[in-house]
Amino acid sequence: MDFVTSSAQTELRKTPLNALHRKLGAKMVNFGGWDMPVEYPSSGGLMAEHKAVRGGVGMFDVSHMGDIRIHTGKTAGGALAAVQHLSMNDASKLAIGQAQYSAMLYPQGTFVDDVIVHRLGEDDFLLVINAGTREKDIQWVRQNTAGFDCVVEDLSDAYTQIAIQGPRAVDVLQKLTDANLAPIRNYWFTHGTVCGLPNRLIARTGYTGEDGFEIYVPSEVAASEAVWNSVIEAGREFGIVPCGLGARNTLRLEAKMALYGHEIGDSINVWESGLDRYCKMEKGDFIGRLALANASAAPLKRTLVGIETVERGIARDGYRVFDPAGEEIGVVTSGSPSPTLSRNIALAYVPPDFAAIGTPLCVEVRSQRIKAQVVPTPFYKRAKKPAPQAAGSA
Amino acid sequence: MGYPANFRYTKEHEWVNVEGSVATIGITDYAQSELGDVVFVELPKVGAKLETGKSFGNVESVKAVSEIYAPASGEVSEANPELSNKPELLNSDPHGAGWLVKVKLANAAELASLMDGAAYEAYIAQKGKEASA
Repeated sequence: MDFVTSSAQTELRKTPLNALHRKLGAKMVNFGGWDMPVEYPSSGGLMAEHKAVRGGVGMFDVSHMGDIRIHTGKTAGGALAAVQHLSMNDASKLAIGQAQYSAMLYPQGTFVDDVIVHRLGEDDFLLVINAGTREKDIQWVRQNTAGFDCVVEDLSDAYTQIAIQGPRAVDVLQKLTDANLAPIRNYWFTHGTVCGLPNRLIARTGYTGEDGFEIYVPSEVAASEAVWNSVIEAGREFGIVPCGLGARNTLRLEAKMALYGHEIGDSINVWESGLDRYCKMEKGDFIGRLALANASAAPLKRTLVGIETVERGIARDGYRVFDPAGEEIGVVTSGSPSPTLSRNIALAYVPPDFAAIGTPLCVEVRSQRIKAQVVPTPFYKRAKKPAPQAAGSA
Repeated sequence: MGYPANFRYTKEHEWVNVEGSVATIGITDYAQSELGDVVFVELPKVGAKLETGKSFGNVESVKAVSEIYAPASGEVSEANPELSNKPELLNSDPHGAGWLVKVKLANAAELASLMDGAAYEAYIAQKGKEASA
């Protein structure tokens, strides 16, 4: 047998919580050059972690994510102009304290990375980027903001980022902060004291398809471990468990959230990825806009669909997709058994002619072609709760 | 979980237990714990020929597919019928009810090069040390 878990390699990068993960007995893997927990046998493993997040609460070390702050240079407005130039969503629509899903594009309309843009102040933004693309992203941002009157700061190593996710996340975190969490809406954030640390960023964001928060604390090891342990302690009554990248992946896949290098990348454009609603063509020029405008005139060559295997077998990343006649038509970008649905789900790029719900397809699983069909996405959507009051009214 | 002394073990974490002319093959407790939740097992059909060191099937956990390598050559006389509906037997009872195939060995002498229980335990203890180094 061969396993995905890796032994410790000195060249891998480590988050401030690395020693703690190892002490907890986590299975570690190399994820984009980072030594990260994939699952915690002490939590019951991937399935148990996944179910804890769907039904209660789980916590993740996501400190490997990068953070870039872009703020005012000599005159106000330069940072906003830079962010608008760099990203496809419309950052001018953000209120202070609000965040948005967006992406940085190459001139050809394909993805440098997807990002969450937080508006910290009138002309002050925090971009949260992927771990595996950190250096590339930072270089890209510096290069493409050179002509703008703004200051770019790489804060990636300044924060330990912990995601607390699940329907009980709000109850856990509320025990640890003076900030009133109830009025914070999805994709909004505030600052507050967390575990005694003043002025911490608390964002109602995540990558699980569940309600939850991401908190940013200083990257000093002792402080980071103290926060982690406080969250565990506060979450005990709600059954909190530490969760690894394995559950993070199955959770985001069920919610059809894109993963860089899989659903999005430097050879996939925005229209193909189906992320149109985060791309604001009318906001003015931005990198990639012209190519996308031209591309929208031509018919799409491929589009991202959800599929489910009908016969026994699991469609995994990179497996080839065929039409029922045996013609190769596409490829699986992510696939896994779904712990919530107990079905084998996957995302795949196929020509638009094969994108209708119910379309029969085949996936090549090792040497066999097994039957699959197109299904609606997201595979999982959390039940709607009554919307909380607006942030300003608290 | 202990490693039965009378089994023989490969460096790739398969075990083989010879009773008379039949050898039963499975994966070790260490292997199942590394894999995590097993959700799918793909086994050869009765009559299939196994060749030492070659892949003869797959075990899938939620996160990955792992190949199973034959600890010895021989012909498959039985594949565990329980595993198609209960793949989790590999996690709960890897040295017992989670067995994979029974094989008529081509050359029983091949097994002499494999580890016994004590040697295998020492082998995985060493791997554990490397992992936490």
